Amino acid sequence: MMNDSYSYTVAIPLILFFSFLIIGLAGGKLKPIVSGIFGTFFLLISTALSYYTAYSYFFVDGKSNGVYQQLIAYDSLWLQFTDKLQIHVGVLLDPISVMMLVVITTVSLMVHIYSLGYMKGEVGFSRYYSFLSLFTFSMLGLVLSSNIFQTYIFWELVGVSSYLLIGHYYERPSAVAASKKAFIVTRFADMGFLVGILLLSSFTGTFDFLKLTDPNGSALTQGSAISFLGLSVMTWSMLLVFMGAAGKSAMFPLHIWLPDAMEGPTPVSALIHAATMVVAGVYLVARLFTVYFFAAPDALIFIGYVGTFTSLFAAVIACTQTDIKRVLAFSTISQIGLMMGGLGVSGYSGPEGLGYTASMFHLFNHAMFKALLFLCAGSVIHAVHTNELWDMGGLKKHLPVTHIAFLIGCLGISGVPPLSGFFSKDEILTAVFEKNKLLFYVQFLVAGVTAFYMFRLYFGIFWNKQREYHTKPHESPFSMLFALIFLSIASTFVGLIPFSEFVTPDLKPFTSHIHWAIAIPAIIIAVIGLVLAFVMYRKESDLSGRLSGSLGILYRAAYKKFYIDEIYLFITKNVIFKHISAPIAWFDRNVVDNTMNGIAAITNFVSMRIRAFQSGQLQQYAYVMVSGLVIIVLVALYFMKT
Amino acid sequence: MIENIGIEQFLILSTLMFFIGVYGFLVRKNLITMLMSVELILNAVNINFVAFNKYYYPENLQGHFFAMFVIAIAATEVAVAIAIIISLYRKIRTIDVEQVDEMKY
Amino acid sequence: MEVVLFYIMAGLILVFSVLTVTSRRILRAAVYLLFVLIAAAGLFFIQQFAFLAAVQLTLYAGGIIVLIIFSVMLTSHVSEKLDAVSFKKASFALVACIAGAVVCISTILSYPFPKPTNGEVDASMKAIGTSLLGYKENGFALPFEVISILLLAAMLGAIIIAKRTEK
Repeated sequence: MMNDSYSYTVAIPLILFFSFLIIGLAGGKLKPIVSGIFGTFFLLISTALSYYTAYSYFFVDGKSNGVYQQLIAYDSLWLQFTDKLQIHVGVLLDPISVMMLVVITTVSLMVHIYSLGYMKGEVGFSRYYSFLSLFTFSMLGLVLSSNIFQTYIFWELVGVSSYLLIGHYYERPSAVAASKKAFIVTRFADMGFLVGILLLSSFTGTFDFLKLTDPNGSALTQGSAISFLGLSVMTWSMLLVFMGAAGKSAMFPLHIWLPDAMEGPTPVSALIHAATMVVAGVYLVARLFTVYFFAAPDALIFIGYVGTFTSLFAAVIACTQTDIKRVLAFSTISQIGLMMGGLGVSGYSGPEGLGYTASMFHLFNHAMFKALLFLCAGSVIHAVHTNELWDMGGLKKHLPVTHIAFLIGCLGISGVPPLSGFFSKDEILTAVFEKNKLLFYVQFLVAGVTAFYMFRLYFGIFWNKQREYHTKPHESPFSMLFALIFLSIASTFVGLIPFSEFVTPDLKPFTSHIHWAIAIPAIIIAVIGLVLAFVMYRKESDLSGRLSGSLGILYRAAYKKFYIDEIYLFITKNVIFKHISAPIAWFDRNVVDNTMNGIAAITNFVSMRIRAFQSGQLQQYAYVMVSGLVIIVLVALYFMKT
Repeated sequence: MIENIGIEQFLILSTLMFFIGVYGFLVRKNLITMLMSVELILNAVNINFVAFNKYYYPENLQGHFFAMFVIAIAATEVAVAIAIIISLYRKIRTIDVEQVDEMKY
Repeated sequence: MEVVLFYIMAGLILVFSVLTVTSRRILRAAVYLLFVLIAAAGLFFIQQFAFLAAVQLTLYAGGIIVLIIFSVMLTSHVSEKLDAVSFKKASFALVACIAGAVVCISTILSYPFPKPTNGEVDASMKAIGTSLLGYKENGFALPFEVISILLLAAMLGAIIIAKRTEK
């Protein structure tokens, strides 16, 4: 449905693209702080527009007959190959895209403000801000896409900006390796995504989200009939699309890039690798939820299992890591796993769509408190210049504001009421409980483990024993604290938003309640985790050492991230490179190249020999011509006679 | 009368003249003498044209005109060739064709 | 009468042709060429192409030879003798030329030429004029114009090539 009154929304991403161009082109000439303020200012405009859009969509005219409308705010034909194969560029407004607008612009704005302090005096300050603008532009473009092809384009653009920002400190080999790893792993996943898109659109005949996700439309029924290896083509294509989503959202086994991506500046981790880009996969699955639910329910169940497994897997690893940013990275993976799990068990109409709603709700809350946690971690790192948990301790009195903000974030993620995480996690658990008991128990366990590792971090940093620091830790500048305070307030109160009134799979609002039968055990297990962490890490003790010692090999495996990286390295190096690539390279170098070189060498040799004919002596040429002519005439005469 | 001379005689004459010209073209090193050899070749051809016109196509003048055009073209050829020879002489102070091998590999 | 004249002309042509290509004095070669051209004009006279013979005399003997002699004067001394032709070069060229001549002459002799149609050639000035500027059958107006453009182009080209380039 076209709607012209929202056509200004196309400016929300475009402003940031101009910001990227201006800072990127003129950044070298500007004073660093000027480009920082420039970027922040442009983003402020975008944020204001997004808030206005959200307000008018949710509260003024988004609904018609009690159902949220999917509005095409802008649409233009970009490429036309045939009558059927057309690629549009457009803006689609519906509850999830509007919600994502708010999330992205809010977190991005906070990160922009925070970075003014955090990145002060760093080399490449302007570059950093131009890439932040590029990233925010791409991410907004991604969520506003009106068709899956446009999504793919922006999907790659966020991948590029993520690559650029992870490699911000490109003098450090580890940062370079991390950015390459992130890019290659997500590209590998995107290959599946692309194949999925092509399959999907070739069987449904459209790229358009509105046509694809129309539950009464013809798109969903096509392709379901054709099956391949026991699954329908729709299931295959949706599984491939999920492969792309899993790559971006760091689902097992494609999660390996996210912990390494922490090499980037901490605000970047907060923005890209916690709040926005990594949830793009969740967003994509939610965007195509109708297709999954009606045409590929098997794929949806698969997503639920993968999400839940990843959630547990990452939570266990998070308990053993000692780099605070890596702990947060694994916690991000774990939380995204929960969202995927929620989506996987969701129904479609009415209150059955609780999983979907809860997943989106958790995405929203998670963006707030995880950004908060990362920014706090950044503040701590800023103060003590290390990432190692055991090099910190006793920072409570040095960093009072960061301490409180971090505590709020931890309580939020652990699901302690009345902070935001409690509400969304409760909804996810409820939805899972009604659908699949096994997944419920796993996620229930994850809730406890989450509380444990988060408070391990909290006590380790702020309580524990005071360490020797090179310089006395000091509280961060105001611009950083402002972001922390803002996000703390947000994480505290966003949980009170009645999300089911806004975001539902069938676009019809419903009312949800807190299910105390599930909520109370969840709170109890969170508190158990909390207390366990309190006992072990409140002050210096050998309890944790004894525990990890007794767990032995299990602990070591978790500490080594279950050797997934090593398995990948083994497969790529020893299997693919050694036994496939190396022979091909040999063939290329020796057979293909030598054939070509041989032809060139023969030509060269022959021409060196025959160039003596080209003597420049006119009379020689004439002589050859005359005698040749005579010979030709003789031959011709001979043949004419016979 | 002319009928007493066979056309073969004209043709043999022009053939000999032609190959004498070719010989000159092949052996003379001076560019101007090479040019003269070319004139010989052209004249040999002219004799052929005229003889054929006279013997077999007396009703019109095609051979005659061909000969005339050949003469005109020979004139232009000589003019341009001599211009080239003189400018070449100015550049390298010689008109020996064996010295002029700038175009070799 | 014509027979005798023809043989005299033919003899002159052959002798002076050979002298043209063998003389080691370049100015003499030019004069021998002049004789060849005059003798060729004589052949045209015998065949009653008086106008063509006149053109041959004025253009070739008058124009081209003078041009050649001028360029000889500009590029070499009158008394200068050219280098003798190397034996190897001469013998190779001779072999090729004799072979060519033998092939051609044997072909000419073996070809059964039909008997000539003994018509009178009308090579009067009037016939030549109407034919040269005619545009119907046997008219040569187009080649005539093309030749005139060619002459113009050659004139310009010769001037530009021979012009002293300023440095």
